[in-house]
Amino acid sequence: MKHIVIIGNGISGVTAARHIRKLSDHKITIISGETDYFFSRTALMYVYMGHMKFEHTQPYENWFWEKNNINLKQGFVKTVDTNSKTLHFNDGDTLNYDSLIIATGSKPNKFGWPGQDLKGVMGMYHKQDLENLELHAPNNKVCKHAVIVGGGLIGIELAEMLNSRNIPVTFLVREPSFWDGVLPDGESNMINRHIKNHHIDLRLSTNLKEIISDEHGRVKSVIIEETGEEIACDVVGLTAGVAPNIDFLKGSPIELGRGVKVNRLLETNIEDVYAIGDCAEQHEAIGQRRPIEAVWYTGRMMGETVAQTICGNKTPYKPGHWFNSAKFLDIEYQTYGWVFSTQNKPDYEQHFHWKHDDDTKCITVAFNKDTNVFLGINTFGIRMRHEHFDKWLTENRDVDYVMKHLAEANFDPEFYKRYEEDILATYTNQLKLA
Amino acid sequence: MSNKLNDSMSLAKPEANNLSSKQKIAVVIGIIGLFIMGLAIFNTNFPNKTLFLSLSIGAIVVGTILFANDAYLTKLEGIKNDGVWFKSISSRGMLGWVTGVFLTGFYIVLYFYPQYLGQSANGEPNTGLISLFDPLSNILSGNPASQWFVYGTLYTVAILVFGYKFMLKYRHNRYEQLRTASVMFFQLGFAFLIPEFMSRLNTSPDYNLPYYDLKSMWPLNYYLFDSWSINGLLSSGSLGLLMLLFGIVSIFVVSPILTYKYGKRWYCSWVCGCGGLAETAGDSFRQLSSKKLSAWKLERWLIHTVLVFSVLMTTAVIYTYLGSDPNKFWLTRGAFVLSVGILLTVVFAVIMIFKRKELGKDARYGAIGYFVVIAALFIMHYTGASDKIFFIKASSLRSAYGLYIGSIFSGVIGTGFYPILGNRVWCRFGCPMAAVLGFQQRMFSKFRITTNGGQCISCGNCSTYCEMGIDVRAYAQKGENIVRSSCVGCGVCSAVCPRGVLKLENDTMEGRINSNEILLGNDVDLMDLINKK
Repeated sequence: MKHIVIIGNGISGVTAARHIRKLSDHKITIISGETDYFFSRTALMYVYMGHMKFEHTQPYENWFWEKNNINLKQGFVKTVDTNSKTLHFNDGDTLNYDSLIIATGSKPNKFGWPGQDLKGVMGMYHKQDLENLELHAPNNKVCKHAVIVGGGLIGIELAEMLNSRNIPVTFLVREPSFWDGVLPDGESNMINRHIKNHHIDLRLSTNLKEIISDEHGRVKSVIIEETGEEIACDVVGLTAGVAPNIDFLKGSPIELGRGVKVNRLLETNIEDVYAIGDCAEQHEAIGQRRPIEAVWYTGRMMGETVAQTICGNKTPYKPGHWFNSAKFLDIEYQTYGWVFSTQNKPDYEQHFHWKHDDDTKCITVAFNKDTNVFLGINTFGIRMRHEHFDKWLTENRDVDYVMKHLAEANFDPEFYKRYEEDILATYTNQLKLA
Repeated sequence: MSNKLNDSMSLAKPEANNLSSKQKIAVVIGIIGLFIMGLAIFNTNFPNKTLFLSLSIGAIVVGTILFANDAYLTKLEGIKNDGVWFKSISSRGMLGWVTGVFLTGFYIVLYFYPQYLGQSANGEPNTGLISLFDPLSNILSGNPASQWFVYGTLYTVAILVFGYKFMLKYRHNRYEQLRTASVMFFQLGFAFLIPEFMSRLNTSPDYNLPYYDLKSMWPLNYYLFDSWSINGLLSSGSLGLLMLLFGIVSIFVVSPILTYKYGKRWYCSWVCGCGGLAETAGDSFRQLSSKKLSAWKLERWLIHTVLVFSVLMTTAVIYTYLGSDPNKFWLTRGAFVLSVGILLTVVFAVIMIFKRKELGKDARYGAIGYFVVIAALFIMHYTGASDKIFFIKASSLRSAYGLYIGSIFSGVIGTGFYPILGNRVWCRFGCPMAAVLGFQQRMFSKFRITTNGGQCISCGNCSTYCEMGIDVRAYAQKGENIVRSSCVGCGVCSAVCPRGVLKLENDTMEGRINSNEILLGNDVDLMDLINKK
């Protein structure tokens, strides 16, 4: 019986623990300094919005861990001694391991803006960030105005959160259009309009110059780089992406890049030390995926994979076709396969774009213009089936086939209006014109 | 590093959840309507009852509509759960408790002390609140009002106005809208108007129709087979006979077919009056249902026990008014008890032979336990020479059922505790009809909620807003279809899912119950390895 220690109780670490428990009777300890029990990080926003209580974000009841013989330890790891296989904690405590899984996730990026550590300036990632937000922005009397810096998924979530408490928000986005490094222009523009429809003050092509303090070390205002405009605010949300949370490993022999370097078996350069989830960095990117993937389901899949390896069945991490989803205020977004943004798409990638008149639904289908092979789809406001696209991608279907069979992939609730005919008509029409 | 932040993490009350001025006006209008009824309870003798009744109900309707318009039409279409856990009414705060106590008190008075509402005895004129409703009752049925007419009217008004509110709340969701329109229609037509009109027929000596809500099936409508009900129907010519036949066909033919095709939702969240109230007036409380595993265990024992109780009670009641002489009765006591026994044995045998593997261990024990108890009662009946079936007087069984299940469980607790235990307490823990439909839904139905590959992020919105306390997320995050007896198919889990993971579907029975260890999106080899092992 080995002692397997997992640092981090997020989706990666907890999935690894659950699968190791299914496969073995190893002693398992999960360490977290953030919370006592596993919770869904992606649901923190709903706690602030009053949709859920914090306890609802916990997928397992509190008795689950003891029943499954998984030890939970509260604390922050300060250093890792890989020679003696010992963890040293902030409070002086130590813990020995036989196998170590690093699953410490991410931390919000800060790019050295003046004033980035003032009171009232925060990221939105950890539970502590939520507590901090609750302190500084409980309502629109205490927080009369908020500024969000960084136009990604967390930024728009934070905007939605503050909006739910009627706190006016100015949303600074560096790019000329929201998330246009990822989304094709038609979609990105539609989301711009949707953000504005929610009365969020969206400022495109706008950078933060500095954050100004009041006499108590609290944020007073921000200065815009381009115009020098000063915007008074009580809260600044820094949501310019995340980076692996691995500072405690600096100085250890574990090889680090931006994240913890791992091979396909999720092994680090040190024997019996593994890294999974947001903090793991592949030596070489897998397919068109990024070497570091800070996505919920990749964390889960790495947890499933590393459990196999640790329990004696060496299994490389081989994610299937890319997919993801998000929600932009009221508009749901799903993606299957690869659809690159207008600026980043390779030469062979061509897009078909359809948008509904109500400006809340659209799709973009990417295909190879030389071979006509279907590459991927982005869908906004229409739910589609993962299973079908996964199958069509595996079968290398051409785009005509996918367009004709699009109705089969519909996953909207019953009685919803269907758009496949309209989409197909638009597609056929564009093809004729082309 | 505290985890003790469960009650709203805010130090100050989130400002956004205060009422707007329009909403405040709407609340005042609605309260004026209730206030008129309050005055009536204290025997205010209104000069023109028609006028004041119209004013009262009108104010309640207008108030709710204005409130809903301002709450939802001022915003873009989408999920409207902001501040649910900050509002006193919907998070077991002060308002929630006050409402709960008020509703519970109302039900106790309604069921046990109707004289306080002004119900007269011995044909004297009504007083108080009930007399306020006399004009409306006269228009509809030609009779003065009763406590049940007052209750029925308020119940129907509640479903209609809160149904309107719900439809605005979900104006982006046609499933929710159609479903709500359906419960509003069935409540207004089948539960309220038709029975009132039918009682007009009773002025003719040819008719002696009991109050009969045609959509309310046995065993929810536990008094359908009471002797007064049966006698009434049988003495009301071919219409009465037709209605009795409709009742029997509903139970044994219509319901099994519809439940097979669409799951129990066709009834519980599209037709049923109890479900109708829960889905409309009770919508603000759906998140209060307990999702604990222990609550699920309690639910399974409790609801099936009520079902067994109701079957035994009904059997005993029917038994008492049947005779033993085959020349006088086409259905004799002996034949009746035998046929009930055979039916239950067949159901039990079919389940144990064909569906054994789908039952959990405790469900198998439960089924065997119940079967043994029922069988023992039947055997004792045949071996003993008792005139009383099951050794207890049928009338005692019947009155105990009516009191504890029909009144206290379904009314006082079921609705009175909406703001504390959630809006489906009765449907989840007590309704024998839900038990029958749920049993079929679990065993013989095409209905299921499917999950969308690997898209689930375990956020928990689905579980939080499941009024039946199903931990939907536990299935979704494993990519497993949700096939649960208790699911009433309200569709809210699917609506609140931010990632488009859940869909209510009717499809083939095959592979309906699937369990995956690894979700779609992972490496194919690993999925094969783990899922097919």
